[in-house]
Amino acid sequence: MSKSNPNAPRRLALIASKGTLDWAYPPFILASAAGAMGWEVGVFFTFYGLTLLKTKLTAAVSPLGNPAMPMKMPFGPEGFQSINWHIPQMLMANVPGFNALATTLMKQTFESKGVATIEELRDMCVDLNVRLIGCQMTMDVFGFKKEDFIPQAEIGGAATFLEYAADADVQLFI
Amino acid sequence: MDVIKEDQILDCSGLLCPMPIVKTSKAMKELQTGQILKMIATDAGAPPDIEAWSRQTGNEVLLSTVEDGKFVFFLKKA
Repeated sequence: MSKSNPNAPRRLALIASKGTLDWAYPPFILASAAGAMGWEVGVFFTFYGLTLLKTKLTAAVSPLGNPAMPMKMPFGPEGFQSINWHIPQMLMANVPGFNALATTLMKQTFESKGVATIEELRDMCVDLNVRLIGCQMTMDVFGFKKEDFIPQAEIGGAATFLEYAADADVQLFI
Repeated sequence: MDVIKEDQILDCSGLLCPMPIVKTSKAMKELQTGQILKMIATDAGAPPDIEAWSRQTGNEVLLSTVEDGKFVFFLKKA
């Protein structure tokens, strides 16, 4: 597992293409971990992933679109918390506010387990000088303005990311 | 066994990936070369992650052990 030359500077280039709460985690976790290891990191936020650069994060999760998601309660006795609730998809689709409820429950579960919030991880990335590149094309498509994003975000296109990724040791599409 | 004397203690108990690594890296930045950070964690992923972090950053793991059910690391700043 170890690298042959640990002193070599490393670069990580990520594409964050998804904007749900569950998919917001991988890019920010990898980016902050790489930054903590002294790597140079850049993340290109495109399509739905671009919403992760908004000043106010609204990432939610949809159990309807994720049939493998364990549905567990973050409170109550241990036996109760370990129950995996099987809720029919038809029911999830028809209950108003089900996504909001599932999002709240996931956030509570993450907090009780000691997982940082997306806001905290993003702040860490900013602290670690991770390059946060917002996709100009997506901005135009969705009608976002630069002022919608955190001030550390820079704006660029495919060529901006590819030039950065060309010299990266690790490139991942998330 | 010689007792290692730490210059700083960082308790990451209860925190999951990547926070122990991120906080450790932040704490190490405050130290001088040769100084030692004692880091405590409960994340089962911490031992392999600290080893990888050490290889990547050059900071040395002097001791990786378990005390009272918690993972304890003594890390020397490169």
